[in-house]
Amino acid sequence: MTMHYDKDADGIVTITMDMSGPVNAMNDEFREDFGAVIDKLQTEEDLSGVVIASAKKVFFAGGDLNDLVAVTPDRIEDFMQGIGIIKAQMRVLEKLPVPVVAAINGAALGGGYELCLACNHRIAWNNRSVKLGLPEVTLGLLPGGGGVVRLTKLLGLEAALPYLLEGKQVDPVKALDAGMIHDLVTDVDALVPKAKEYILANKDNPDSAVQPWDQKGYKIPGGGITSPKIQQAITGGTAMLMQKTRGLLPAPEKILDVAVQALKLDLETALVIESRGIAALTLTPQAKNMISTFFFGLNKVNGGASRPKDVPPQKTEKLGVLGAGMMGQGIAYVSAMAGIEVILKDISQESAEKGKGYSEMLLDKRVSRGRMTVEKRDEVLARITPTANDDDLAGCDLIIEAVFENIELKHGVTNQLEGQLAEDGIWGSNTSTLPITQLAEASSKPENFVGIHFFSPVDKMPLVEIIVGDKTSDVALAKAFDYTQQIKKTPIVVNDSLGFFTSRTFGTYLDEGVRLLSEGAHPVLIDNMGKAVGMPVGPLQVYDEVSMELSRKAWETWEDMGVLDKWGDGTVARDVVNTMVVENGRGGRHHGGGFYEYAEDGSKAIWPGLLDLYYKSDVHLPESDLKDRLLFRQVIEALKCLESNVLRSEEDGNIGSIMGIGAPVWTGGLLQFVRTYGYDRFVARCRELSAAYGDRFDPPQIAVERAQDGQQQAA
Amino acid sequence: MPNTAYIYDAVRTPRSKGKPGGSLHEVKPIDLGAGLLRAIQERHDLDTSYVDDVVFGCVTPIGEQGSDIAKMVVQNADWDESVAGVQLDRFCASGLEAVNIAAQKVASGWEDLVLAGGVECMSRVPMGSNGGPMGSDPAFAAKTGFVPQGIGADTIATLEGWSREDVDRYALESQRRATQARDNGWFDKSVVPVKDESGVTILERDDFIKPDTTMDGLGGLNASFEMIGQFGFDDVILRKYPMLDQVNHVHTPGNSSGIVDGSSAVLIGSEKAGSDLGLTPRGRIVATAVLSTDPIIMLTGPGPAAKKCLEKAGMTKDDIDLWEINEAFASVALRYMKDLDVDHEITNVNGGAIAMGHPLGATGAMLVSVVLDELERRDMKRGMLSLCVGGGMGISTIIERA
Repeated sequence: MTMHYDKDADGIVTITMDMSGPVNAMNDEFREDFGAVIDKLQTEEDLSGVVIASAKKVFFAGGDLNDLVAVTPDRIEDFMQGIGIIKAQMRVLEKLPVPVVAAINGAALGGGYELCLACNHRIAWNNRSVKLGLPEVTLGLLPGGGGVVRLTKLLGLEAALPYLLEGKQVDPVKALDAGMIHDLVTDVDALVPKAKEYILANKDNPDSAVQPWDQKGYKIPGGGITSPKIQQAITGGTAMLMQKTRGLLPAPEKILDVAVQALKLDLETALVIESRGIAALTLTPQAKNMISTFFFGLNKVNGGASRPKDVPPQKTEKLGVLGAGMMGQGIAYVSAMAGIEVILKDISQESAEKGKGYSEMLLDKRVSRGRMTVEKRDEVLARITPTANDDDLAGCDLIIEAVFENIELKHGVTNQLEGQLAEDGIWGSNTSTLPITQLAEASSKPENFVGIHFFSPVDKMPLVEIIVGDKTSDVALAKAFDYTQQIKKTPIVVNDSLGFFTSRTFGTYLDEGVRLLSEGAHPVLIDNMGKAVGMPVGPLQVYDEVSMELSRKAWETWEDMGVLDKWGDGTVARDVVNTMVVENGRGGRHHGGGFYEYAEDGSKAIWPGLLDLYYKSDVHLPESDLKDRLLFRQVIEALKCLESNVLRSEEDGNIGSIMGIGAPVWTGGLLQFVRTYGYDRFVARCRELSAAYGDRFDPPQIAVERAQDGQQQAA
Repeated sequence: MPNTAYIYDAVRTPRSKGKPGGSLHEVKPIDLGAGLLRAIQERHDLDTSYVDDVVFGCVTPIGEQGSDIAKMVVQNADWDESVAGVQLDRFCASGLEAVNIAAQKVASGWEDLVLAGGVECMSRVPMGSNGGPMGSDPAFAAKTGFVPQGIGADTIATLEGWSREDVDRYALESQRRATQARDNGWFDKSVVPVKDESGVTILERDDFIKPDTTMDGLGGLNASFEMIGQFGFDDVILRKYPMLDQVNHVHTPGNSSGIVDGSSAVLIGSEKAGSDLGLTPRGRIVATAVLSTDPIIMLTGPGPAAKKCLEKAGMTKDDIDLWEINEAFASVALRYMKDLDVDHEITNVNGGAIAMGHPLGATGAMLVSVVLDELERRDMKRGMLSLCVGGGMGISTIIERA
């Protein structure tokens, strides 16, 4: 029995959930054992109250995602039946003639909080480990265990929506303020006694055993469905939501619809609608993609699947950062925040100080927003030593070089400063374009040389791409991996190759955008189609941001190295960029404008000259082709990275594409996309695009093989 | 008539209790209607861009049935952007009015393909919640002598001398016939199961019918309109019908039409539409008629409407094989048969709204599929459909197998 059932002398039954898995979860075992408990409670004599408690550190974890991703259309009725059973059990629980109190001793997210909502009273331990909320939407799902319906009826539509649509999680104090729970205890051992105290104190209060929505005349806070204010909120809220999702995410749309129905309908009917909602979402590719990548994939990546197993933890104590430019100052900041001693070195003391100033600025912001104390700020700042003196680097166990993208310069820095490393210290190079193996040639210990590719702005971007050169040792890789986790970022590991994974793949998005431009497509349409597939910004706008000038420099370097066009014909892009930069002096946003003109007030508009140069009013490409071209180029490149072993795992490719280059969330990453799109369908579409637009759309061999193997669905 | 208005198909949803707890309570009106449009589209692989208009009856067009629900149903069904939609309200006749207007549009030659039907989710948008002057404008009600329909139904029974047993016996037979038709699958051709978006069936067949109904059970029900009659409505009637000394309140929930959720759709088009789209006509609209009678008793219109319809068609009652009268109340059906001198044997042969329910705006167009199916099953030719209508109106339509 996984539900301990204990009745005390006062007639209070305490159910302590202690399921056989690592956490309490909504699965077959729960259905059976909780069902038995419910049956017993209904026949219990002299019952005065029920306390729901947990023997685990997490109060209750929610649904089993393995079950969810396995749902297929032919099993949908069984799935709904399964939900129906649990919902019926919860309904019986909340309709017991005595108060039912949740004693929340740990995280109660998703199904965990839904169980709490089916209790009359909720008391939580006020501790950092306790989080409450309904994060299902982040996995493309909705809270299908009564969460949408009960939270809407409890808080009202407008108050409930942030929790439902954004999956907002809160600590116990905020939950109390929001009305999500009723009481707090400071000592975890006081939880159950406090719950019992509540039950005894309410012995003569029959309302304490009745849920608000079951009370006669209950009015939903903030207004019911006929309230003009609510009608307005629904109309505006739908538009706001669609603006955010661009119609690419079915889950929040469904949640909003179910919540509105919950305002209108009785609890039981609304619960059925909610079940139909979760069932429908479960079948969507978006949910399968998001669960696969944001739950299973991310757990694997963060769990160290790409880290060498046999190397003991490699903690970074003293970090040298070379170059206090935009990247170096960001690296210094995130490292100091993680408690690492940082030597921030630049050519002059002044530049180094300026680099540290960035941390000061960010920390002051935190202090002014009340998110950090002055003492803590000073403590973090004291960890950063700005310097122009090489010797200050002495004894660093990790040095990250973040100087300009130039091989000679990087070689020189390596030569000059490698000796400052502590014995067995590791050298990391932050580069996005230069091969690690070649950079490591300047090192006397190339096995200690590793690529650590940060994304800009470093303090905001959650990803680090670690590049393994030909000679990089497992220890060096482990060092980079552990350091990345120390600074609370997600590491993906790739093998050395021009452009690695992220830059190479992202480059195809820009390339295809520029190709569309040169074919005569309207630039506004091009960028809007990029956004329509779910990219954060259109390709031309991105090009302006990263600067066409920089691209030109990179091409020059690659030409010197003899690797120009290694991954594909860049003639079209070079023509456009040269026309823009050389002939028209439009190098990008930071060069006074590029494809766009930038006004002082921050607004932007297409540079009119661009239309004269490229736009052809008689060119009408189907929108579906525009969208697929912008997306498929990236997917094809990611598949090529996988088949050529640049990517060491699909999970790294998926997480890397989402966190590093803004691949659309609904795809679950560029590789996961193909799994739900279907390999055979993907190959067929590639061939169509190839026939119409060129062989860069030829399906990669790995996709052709998988299509032949009939490998369609993610596990 | 320049063009013949052919019936290319007729479908309806099953009906279910129109209150919380009913099987269709969870379904939005736009989904209930759109399900039928999709069914019509699928059954005929229909190029929806050919459809000129969708005319839908809805008697309580507010809230989620408000603001021209017909057009919203068209969009919700993902029909072609070019298809228009209009909602109309002729009280309980709305569904048949939609059919008649569609037939007139096609017959005039001005449109070629029109979908007619109706939707009414009485569980979600309660009857009467849209208000209106009929009963709630005191000056108007005092001037015109308004009484609730049930009082009118009781008055008909009183005038005709029909007892509680007479109306209950009629109700029992409606239940028996409806049960028999449903259980033998006679409705299956036209009743389209309501499904959710994952394809899971919400309701497959009518579940409002009460097969276990008995005379004893019916007899035990309280008269619905006795109390409000005593408030003064009976007196309004007695002033209009001074030959009566009292109103005999015989109608109960058991012998009145049920409050249900439901929707209906009938595809009506020209011969050209049929040949262009490869559709085979199942029937045609022969004639339509609408008129009004005493607005106080309110429910005596169907007989006169049917006579008018026969006249327009140049027919006599012997040309009609099956008669269908909406069972708003048992006395309405009895009065209809008496007015026209037709036998119960050929009237409402598969029961009616007493057994299956009356989703106000949808019912009229439901009668088309009910009668057409039965004409086909019995290999007969012609049917007359009629409904009583608020304000004393009556409506009729003659349909004929193609």
